[in-house]
Formats: sequence, C-alpha cells, structure tokens
Amino acid sequence: MIWAAVLIGSLGCYLEKLFGFILPPSLLDRPMIRSVAALLPIAMLSALVAVQTFGSGQSLVIDARLAGVAVAVVALVLRAPFLAVVLAAAITAALLRATGLGA
Amino acid sequence: MTPSPKGSKRPITSSALGIGLATGAYGLSFGAISVASGLTAIQTQTLSLLMFTGASQFALVGVLGAGGGAIAAVLTAWLLGARNGLYALHIAPTLNLRGLRKPIAAQLTIDESTAMSIAHEPIVDHSRHAFWATGISVYVLWNIGTLLGALGASAIGDPAMLGLDAAIPAGFLALLWPRLRDRTAWAIAAGGATIALVLTPLTRSGVPVLASALIAVLAGYRLRDRS
Repeated sequence: MIWAAVLIGSLGCYLEKLFGFILPPSLLDRPMIRSVAALLPIAMLSALVAVQTFGSGQSLVIDARLAGVAVAVVALVLRAPFLAVVLAAAITAALLRATGLGA
Repeated sequence: MTPSPKGSKRPITSSALGIGLATGAYGLSFGAISVASGLTAIQTQTLSLLMFTGASQFALVGVLGAGGGAIAAVLTAWLLGARNGLYALHIAPTLNLRGLRKPIAAQLTIDESTAMSIAHEPIVDHSRHAFWATGISVYVLWNIGTLLGALGASAIGDPAMLGLDAAIPAGFLALLWPRLRDRTAWAIAAGGATIALVLTPLTRSGVPVLASALIAVLAGYRLRDRS
C-alpha cells in the first residue's frame, strides 16, 4: 500500500507539472483555478500542522509536540532556517519526555 | 535571444547553489521524518527522485504515518502539487522548450526554480539559466539530503523519544510560514486548521486534511477576480 501511494502519488504530481507545459494555456489559465491552486497549500499545510500537533488517531491530545511547535514558532519569528526550526521542535519534545515533563 | 557578456550569469549560478544547499537541509529533515513515519529508506528516496515537490512529499508521509491510508495520502499530495502546473504554465513561454527538454523541465518545476526564473524574467537568457541552475541544484541536493536523513533516521531508535513526531508539524509550519503574507492567508490558514481539528474525532484519519481543501476552493471562488 505504501509503494502504491508513493508511485501513484509521484505520477500524479509529475503529470500536474507536465500539463502546465503541454496543455493549451486557455484550459488552465482561469482566475478561479489560479486562486484555488495558490490557496490550497495555505489551507492544507495549516490543517496538517493542526492535525500533526494535536491528533492521536481520532482523538485530540495535548502533549510534548505542542511545546515543540511553540518553540518552532519562536524559531520562525527569529528567521531561523528550516533545519533549525525542525531540530528545535524535535529537541524540545525529546527533552520534555526525557525529563518526564511531557508525554 | 542576445548573448550575454561572459560571467554575468555567475551570480545566478551561485544563488542557485545557495538555494540548493538550503533545500538540501530540508531534504535531510524530510528523509528523517519519512522514515520515522514508517516508510523505508528506498520508498523515501523514490519520493524525492520521482515526486520531487516538498510539500506534497511531507504531506504524503505525514498522512500515511498518521494512519490516514493511501488514498487520502495520494489525494493530499496531488492537491498540494496542483500549483506546480500553474508555475509551468507561467514559465513555459520564457523557457520555450522543444523535444525532450519539456518532460525534463517539468520535473524541475517547483517553488524555487520558478521563483528564480521569474526574478530574472527581464532577460530571457538569464531567466532560463536561473530555472535550470536552480532546478538542477535543488534536485541533486534535495536527493542527497533525503538519502542522508533517511539513513540517519534508520540507524537510530524510537521516533517519539527523539521528538521526531514534533518535527513533523514543525516542518509543515515552516513550509506554511512564508505563505502567510496577508490577512486573507491567515484567515484561510485558521479556517483550514479549524475544519481539520473539528473533523478529527468525527472522521477517519486523512479526511480532515482533505476537507480543509474546501476552504481554499470557497475562498478561491470568492477571490477569483482579485488575482
């Protein structure tokens, strides 16, 4: 199942790129398509942040991940690079768990 | 196309390398997070080689890792990758490609290569160089980063003890952050997060994130004449 997701997902993402080069522009160049495609990453990345921070199966929980994400926000405000943001979140959560302060 | 003076493209090449190095660091975290989400190192590397669009890759492994299933994971990745098609549409006239270069350029059409190409649009020759240099640099370094991250995470133990489960939302947040440029973007982000959290207890995993796409469709419909 994972391989199917990897390969079919990749094929679709490639075709999306290729269509922009080979389909007639009049087909894709519509205001509605433009604005939806630009807004999709904002809505969905935000949803992913929320679900990956609070979700645990079908329940919502508060655990060490939230502290990690809070530290990531601080790192982003301070304009830290991507790797530093991710590392700061991971280290925060790991430290909280190692010291018994976070689940 | 007029020939440019020798060396004038060098600054573009070095920016392209710099962007590639920064993206390689993203690749490192993608590799580690993907393996922590349950993919093998080979599956992880295949994503970076074939899918090659960061947000979709992170989303695919995030949804799979959370138990959302293959269909939701694939749909989420596709929706996030739709913007690349519009990038291609925008840069196609400048690149003016023939033959085999078209399918190769398609694979390299991502946020970074498009932004660099557009930034140098006034000079066609420079704009083309910016696209290819950035695309190739990011492709190579993203894949090297992925490999190192995946191998590193395979070598170490429990993802939760290492805080990798907190690295996943932090990664999505870092991808989202530069897009939060105005009040509309913040409102859409808030709407997407709210829908996803409300639906989490009510639907199977993977559905809440897909449902958040509705916010983008509704807002895109209302804002269609503004873009």
